[in-house]
Order: sequence, then C-alpha cells, then structure tokens
Amino acid sequence: MKRFLLPLLVFASLVIFLAISLRLDPKEIPSPLIGKQVPAFQLTQLQEPEKMISSADMAGQVWLLNIWASWCVSCREEHPHLIDLFKLNVAPIVGLNYKDGRQDGIDWLRQFGNPYGVSAFDNNGRVGIDFGVYGVPETFVIDKLGVIRYKHIGPLTPEVINGKLLPLIKELNRG
Amino acid sequence: MAKFNMNTLVLSLLLAVAPLLVNAEEAPRPAPDPILEKRVLAIAEELRCLVCQNQTIADSDAALAVDLRKQVREKLAQGMSDRDVTNFMVERYGDFVLYRPPVKTTTWLLWFGPFLLLAGGLIVLGITLKRRAHTEPTEALSETEKRRVATLLGTITETKEKT
Repeated sequence: MKRFLLPLLVFASLVIFLAISLRLDPKEIPSPLIGKQVPAFQLTQLQEPEKMISSADMAGQVWLLNIWASWCVSCREEHPHLIDLFKLNVAPIVGLNYKDGRQDGIDWLRQFGNPYGVSAFDNNGRVGIDFGVYGVPETFVIDKLGVIRYKHIGPLTPEVINGKLLPLIKELNRG
Repeated sequence: MAKFNMNTLVLSLLLAVAPLLVNAEEAPRPAPDPILEKRVLAIAEELRCLVCQNQTIADSDAALAVDLRKQVREKLAQGMSDRDVTNFMVERYGDFVLYRPPVKTTTWLLWFGPFLLLAGGLIVLGITLKRRAHTEPTEALSETEKRRVATLLGTITETKEKT
C-alpha cells in the first residue's frame, strides 16, 4: 500500500497545478500601469476634429477610459453594457478610438449609440501603446489624482460593472 | 535622317508607355540605416508580441507588433539606448513583454524551479541506488527448482511440436 503513496501524491499535485492553470487566462496580463499616473495624452476629438481632448482635462474627477474601435467585434458585445453604465451617470466615460478611421468611428457611434462624453481619436495607436493596449476593448478606472486604479481587459460584462467598477467608482468618489 | 526620326519617335513612344507597364509596389522604406535596423531587430527579438504570445514582435505581423517595431525604431532614432527602449516597453506592458524575464522574488520559481526538480530527481536516484545495493543477491536455484524448470520447458516444447 505504501508504495502507491508517492505516485499518488505526485499525481495529486499535478492535478492541482493543472486545475489552477486551467483557470488562469494567459491573455490577461497584469498591467504595470496600475497605481501609476495616467499617461498624458492630447488628441483631437473624434466627432469634432478641431477640438482637442487631453488627460489633463479630466483631472479632479473619477473617470473611465474605454478603448474601442469600429472594427472591434467584442466592442459591439460590450456596447449595450457601456450604455447602461453611461445612463447610471456615475463617472464620465472617455473613449479612445483606437486605430480607426474617423468616419468609421463616427458612423459606429451613430449606429449603436454614444456612451462617451467625448472620444479621443488615436489614429496611429500611439496613445494606445502608452496605455499598454494590446487587445480592444480595454477599460481603465482613473481616480481624482489621475492615478490608474483598475484595468479591465476585454469586453465589460454586467458582472464586472456591478461587481468591480461600480463599487470602485463609489469608493473613489467618496475619497 | 528619316530613319533617325523614326527611331526617336518609337523610342519616345515606348518611354511614354513604359510607366503604364510598371506595376508599382508600395515604395520601400526610406533608405534604412543598417546599424539602426540591426539594433531594432535585436530588441524586437527580445520582446513578446502580446497578441500572439508565442512570437516575438520581430516574428509577428500582427498590427500591434508592427506598431511596436515602428515605436522601437523611432525611439532608437531619437537617441534612446537599447535599455531605455526595453524599459519603455516594460513600463507599458510589464515584464511579460520580455522573453527573458528578470530575476526577482516573483520569478525565482521560474528561474530556479528546474534546478529544484533536477536536485529532487538526483536525490530519488541516489536513494534508489543505495537501496538496491543493500538488497541481497537472489540465491541460485535449488536442485528441485531446476528439475521443475526443465519439466515446464519440456511441456512447452512438446505442445509446440504437436501443433
């Protein structure tokens, strides 16, 4: 009986490790930007090219930055939830229109609705790189001091919004 | 004189048509600086493409990899050192972007785990060998056992002959 004990233990630990790694998503890379100052940017607004939007404009309030594009399929999936979040009116949502055509972006918002107070037009993806964007959509929560507090990779779901974003925004707004 | 004119005419007509025959490709990048390109490639080979995680940004043709390569080239052209460029990427994408993760407390298991496994294997091997050396060698067969073996083998050959 005893000679089975060691192989059994080895097998059990293997199962445990595999079970853990099954649950981890290799696509979710922890962002080094959390706890850091939001990367400064200044871009033209998507819908009004003659106007600018910069990170400094948002200082002093809790805000969300949502990276999206008209070519992004998951953005469409996330979009109704973003509209719901917008209607709650808890924090302004700034869009970062990432590597998109200006007209494509404008048409997309016209077709599906616009949850963004304003969208910054990041045509060449330069600002996206500063934010460490590698998959669209991504959402950042930024506090009143301009510090990134949370990053969600992939489409927002009601679970994420209700479970993570709303409590965090509430807490940050109180502080 | 007339012949010369004819030739000139044909030649100028050919030249006039020539641009239409050229199926122009996109213009190549403006005269790449070979030393700079070498540095770009060296850095790109050390950076992981985050969209296609088992490729470097040098290997990958994903849009993000192309952008990051462009970024590396620009930063180098601006006079940043290789290390500055790598740090620039790590600041944005984390250690994950490095194909060679730095040695620090969180990566100790990654770096030294294989040696731990090796040590464990050697210990098990050592114990097994020691144990084997202690076990008594099996005794030779007794007379009765030898006879039994002979009869058993005999029955096998007999059955073989029958079939």
